[in-house]
Amino acid sequence: MNTTAIDTAPPAPADYYCLTESPPRNGTLLGFWIYLMSDCFIFASLFACYAVLGTAYAGGPTGAEVLDLPGLAVNTALLLVSSVTFGFAMLEMARGRKGAMLGWLAVAGLLAAAFVSLEIREFLGMIAEGAGPGRSAFLSSFFTLVATHGLHVTLGILWLVVLVVQSIRFGLTEDNVRRLRCLSMFWHFLDLVWVGVFSYVYLVGVVR
Amino acid sequence: MSQPSSPGHHAMPPASHDAMHEHQGSLRGYLTGFLLAAILTVIPFWLVMGHAIANQQVLILVILALAIVQIFVHIVYFLHLDTRSESGWNMMAFIFTAVLVIIVLGASIWVMYNENVNMMPMAPQYQQHPISHQPTGKQASR
Repeated sequence: MNTTAIDTAPPAPADYYCLTESPPRNGTLLGFWIYLMSDCFIFASLFACYAVLGTAYAGGPTGAEVLDLPGLAVNTALLLVSSVTFGFAMLEMARGRKGAMLGWLAVAGLLAAAFVSLEIREFLGMIAEGAGPGRSAFLSSFFTLVATHGLHVTLGILWLVVLVVQSIRFGLTEDNVRRLRCLSMFWHFLDLVWVGVFSYVYLVGVVR
Repeated sequence: MSQPSSPGHHAMPPASHDAMHEHQGSLRGYLTGFLLAAILTVIPFWLVMGHAIANQQVLILVILALAIVQIFVHIVYFLHLDTRSESGWNMMAFIFTAVLVIIVLGASIWVMYNENVNMMPMAPQYQQHPISHQPTGKQASR
């Protein structure tokens, strides 16, 4: 064994430098942002899937036949207003007004719940018509993408309820403020993904 | 945090106060974002539902262009992405993601389109039989 030289050598000095400023102490928001960026990849691959399979109707219904544009307009408006009201809640939080914040959060949560229930109704209607996810590659990719987004919104609502209960019980503590800021990013991110869904999946799906 | 209901920003612990300012929007910012997003949503809906553009290719390109603009409106006004927050790491992660997303989407569409175009024609017995399509009630009424 010829490791004596290594064992007796003095420990190497730390020779790394911080060339740029390190992230602030509270790295949670940056970490959560990176999670959102990775979530982007999930949606990007599902969008790519829909882009490739979106015209593979297999003799089944086409986009123009099954997609409901007036319902989509309502859903889009619900999600956009929900996003803005969540922003209002964050402004109230920054002012330390817990009651007003909880009120806006409730509005945002109810709008998102309405969005999810309308989407489930649309899905059930399509399945009842025989245009379920098993009908064609177009419908498989459609259901996978839109339902993944819907599942995100549903989990966001669950998270919102948990944080509302936490805020009522423990107030606007530093922990709760940080969690609400993460949820705020998540909420706005889902609205951003929805822009892609309604534009590409629905509007382009109806036109092409 | 002794008085969570006090109106001033002293209710915030000082540790998170700096981080607060970096991401925080303003009422004006949210309303501007909402207005822009609403306009950018209404235009494509109107184009599709009102059959405003006859050329299908142009219509699709306009819808996608408006969607990209709206995504940037959301990023700036709702997600408050800028080069200063978190020492610019947010922006770095975003640019990295955007490049990869463009590659994933663009390459998938490009490769699969060519794959499809260059595929050998299928013999008739392997093609899906048109009879397998059961017309549904909604389609039958059209």
